[in-house]
Amino acid sequence: MKKWSVLVFIFLLALLPVVPGVPEFWINQLNAIGIASLVVIGLVVLTGVGGLTSFGQATFVGIGAYATAWLSATMDGSPWLGLVLGIVLTLLLAFVLAQVTLRLSGHYLSLATIAVCLIFYYLYGNMPFLGRHDGIPGIPPISLFGYPLLQAQSIYYLIWLVVLLAAWTAINLLDSRSGRAIRALKNGEKMAASFGVHTFGYKVIAFVYAAVLAGLAGWLYAHEQRAVSPSTFGINYGIEYLFMMVVGSVSSVWGGIFGAAVILTLKDQIQDIAPRLFDTSTNFELIVFGVLVVLVLHHAREGLWPIVTRFFYGSERKAASGALTQWWADAPLLPKTDRPPAGRPLLQVAQLRKEFGGLVAVNDISFSIAAGQIVGLIGPNGAGKSTTFNLITGVTPLTRGSIVFRDKPLQSTKAEDIARLGIARTFQHTQLLPQMSVLENVALGAHLRRSAGAIRSILRLDRRDEAALLREAAVQLERVGLGDCMFELAGNLSLGKQRIVEVARALALDPTLLLLDEPAAGLRYMEKQELAAVLSGLRDEGMSILLVEHDMDFVMKLTSHLVVMDFGTKIAEGTPAQIQQNDKVLQAYLGGIDDDVITDEIAIDTTDNNEVRV
Amino acid sequence: MDWSIAKILMQDGLVTGVIYALLAVSLVLVFAVTRIILIVQGEFVTYGALTFAVLADDQVPGTRWLLVIAGLLVFARELWLVFQGKPAATLIRSALFCLALPIIVFFAVPAVLGTTPSLWIKALMTLFLVVPLGPMLYKLAYESMADSSVLALFVISIAVHFVFVGMGLAFFGAEGRLVAQPFFDGQLELFGLNWTYQSLFVIAMTAVIIAALWLFFGYTLYGKALRATAVNRRGARLVGISTNMSGFLTFLLSSIVGVLSGIMIVSFISITYETGFMIGLKGFVGAIIGGLMSYPIAAAGALLVGIIESFSTFWASEYKEVIVFALIIPVLLILSVITRHDEEE
Repeated sequence: MKKWSVLVFIFLLALLPVVPGVPEFWINQLNAIGIASLVVIGLVVLTGVGGLTSFGQATFVGIGAYATAWLSATMDGSPWLGLVLGIVLTLLLAFVLAQVTLRLSGHYLSLATIAVCLIFYYLYGNMPFLGRHDGIPGIPPISLFGYPLLQAQSIYYLIWLVVLLAAWTAINLLDSRSGRAIRALKNGEKMAASFGVHTFGYKVIAFVYAAVLAGLAGWLYAHEQRAVSPSTFGINYGIEYLFMMVVGSVSSVWGGIFGAAVILTLKDQIQDIAPRLFDTSTNFELIVFGVLVVLVLHHAREGLWPIVTRFFYGSERKAASGALTQWWADAPLLPKTDRPPAGRPLLQVAQLRKEFGGLVAVNDISFSIAAGQIVGLIGPNGAGKSTTFNLITGVTPLTRGSIVFRDKPLQSTKAEDIARLGIARTFQHTQLLPQMSVLENVALGAHLRRSAGAIRSILRLDRRDEAALLREAAVQLERVGLGDCMFELAGNLSLGKQRIVEVARALALDPTLLLLDEPAAGLRYMEKQELAAVLSGLRDEGMSILLVEHDMDFVMKLTSHLVVMDFGTKIAEGTPAQIQQNDKVLQAYLGGIDDDVITDEIAIDTTDNNEVRV
Repeated sequence: MDWSIAKILMQDGLVTGVIYALLAVSLVLVFAVTRIILIVQGEFVTYGALTFAVLADDQVPGTRWLLVIAGLLVFARELWLVFQGKPAATLIRSALFCLALPIIVFFAVPAVLGTTPSLWIKALMTLFLVVPLGPMLYKLAYESMADSSVLALFVISIAVHFVFVGMGLAFFGAEGRLVAQPFFDGQLELFGLNWTYQSLFVIAMTAVIIAALWLFFGYTLYGKALRATAVNRRGARLVGISTNMSGFLTFLLSSIVGVLSGIMIVSFISITYETGFMIGLKGFVGAIIGGLMSYPIAAAGALLVGIIESFSTFWASEYKEVIVFALIIPVLLILSVITRHDEEE
């Protein structure tokens, strides 16, 4: 949302209760919307952006509410102590759940949240000290500076202050180093890991963040209603919170608040109107919400908020937040790592082997790369180049063999730790995050070079690190010649440009070794020339490059050493001139003169002639 | 607690456990073929159970209206697709399934009910009334989203669950129903326990259904097509197995399984419009024990759920749901330790 609309929104919110004639019912309804908005803001980060679906946020609301209800109504404690207790319990449960579910595929988290929500519902309903099904009545109001917030109008200001603060933290979080990592979780988890992003850790952060907001909502709810009972923390409420997010927006915090308002207003209207139309007591709102969500998912995947904003602002293309100002332009450059002197051995691959079942995709390959060298790995389709590539980058576990990088063994190292050693890669199928700007995509590559964490991001104390990262991204984009489209959304670039962005992102890691998987595929002649110039410039700076490529012309001009693979086996190695004369290579590419030789090789190399590409 | 009580609890747990097992197998099947987490499986149980219970009281169930309306909606959608360029020839089959079948059922049910039919005929009518809703649901809610992420499909399932629960209350009311007349009267003694014929019938039926599924998947072309889709969707599509066909068929199977489970379970558990959700989730606990992949482990897990549930009813009846659902926490913990992150596309 634009700045002026936020200000107008805040102004209207602040004014509403003091306008004479505004019915108390409106204020109560807005209080409910505010409390739900807190939960939904967490869900926007967790589910909409992070791609982790929780149906059980009502659990955390319940914990926040029951903790303060028990402490303040039963034990006569202060509501503020209740807040602390609620948040601590929420953190504990969220952390345990995260450890148990977040290593598995996403749907396990979703199922677990349903189960946990039911567990707590039945616990509240049966625990004597929580009042069983009757709940806990007589909760005292929150006191601010000795002034008890008894009236709906007075707690209204507290609720909406908390909502606005929460929205601020969510926007801060998403627009930061941590935020880029969280935004990569949904569609680019593997890519992020290969730039050293500890993806599991960011899943935990998103989950715990959403849980804490829900716990906070529970605390406000308990002191607003002044009573709690199990029914409002059941699974249907958990599902409703998710629906608010789906209907509102999957990416905008303001959209989440809008979704909460839509669903709660609809619910109220339906419960008002339906009994007049049908004589039976039907849960008519369930049917409406269900149908609404199915329709939204079919026809407006991003939620209804983008439609609303388009109505107000027109369909102008939105650049990524805060980017156009280039506030980071004066940030100091990031320090660079020392590169080993040219000619020193950098990467040694020995007897590398990968079997998929009975198929040997990579058959005992050995080669090495020296510092300051560009080595080309070539071969026809299905030769096992990309598999070799994925073995070196730790994406695919190898069957056996050894990979040594600067005297450290790599064979059992995970992708994210390989990045830490100074190895950066590009992907054959470009893996940019289309909803993020080009600049932010490249900044993700520099993730490891600064350390600003989630808490600093949330409180906006990360700006120095953030500026340095964005500046670095801009420098790399200038270097590859894409300085003029850094504020475009990555998804809007042509495929050729996306490939170059991949190179810039890899460079942002400040690697010692750069692994490029078919960087020239889909590029036009001029673009290839420019890429070749960038790469030879990098070599002159002491960068080492492993290049997997189809374009012979491109490879022959750039590389000093070539490794040729066919059907998983290395068939030749040498300088470009030697390779051009090599009989086996010619045979592999152009077909042999003697068919028997080829059949022999196939029989030796593979048990199956399936094509293996990753 | 002595051994005789334990045996009785085991027996109770076994009878509900086999139904959970049936659902667990169906859930794994649907997930493998379509990647849909079919929360509504439980609603097929409810609708089957309650429709059967209404028929058993010699009343005409409101679900016949639902069948006609759903049929009309699906047909309207098919018409729209033909208008968009789908071959018009497919309309004949759609018309038979979406218009002719529901209308025949709509008028046949009261007519047959007038002849005071046996419980078996009522069970058959229940199948005709509820089973077509499964494939119709697939067409309406899932078909055009078949390629979405698992999580988007999951949210749709939850939304559909809301719709079914809401309509369930409208059609069947809030009170629970039980069918007191059994299919078979009498009992016999086995392993020192009294088994009603009805409970043995439930166990035998479950075995028959699982055997039928096994035969279908092992020996029919359609069964093999579904298996192929489960192993590799894109590969299956390349050899001409349509995603729409496999989705339709899978939902048909799962609604048959759900409705049969409902008809069986309503003879010993009182079912309300909401119960199905819990029953389905217990099937899910079993399915999760099988990692949503293995049919036999899922079935065994679901049996275990039934037995644990019956024992916890005895020891701590207030906390039985808590105990059953808490089961998934250690299961997920074990899964996350043993599962390696495999390459996904």
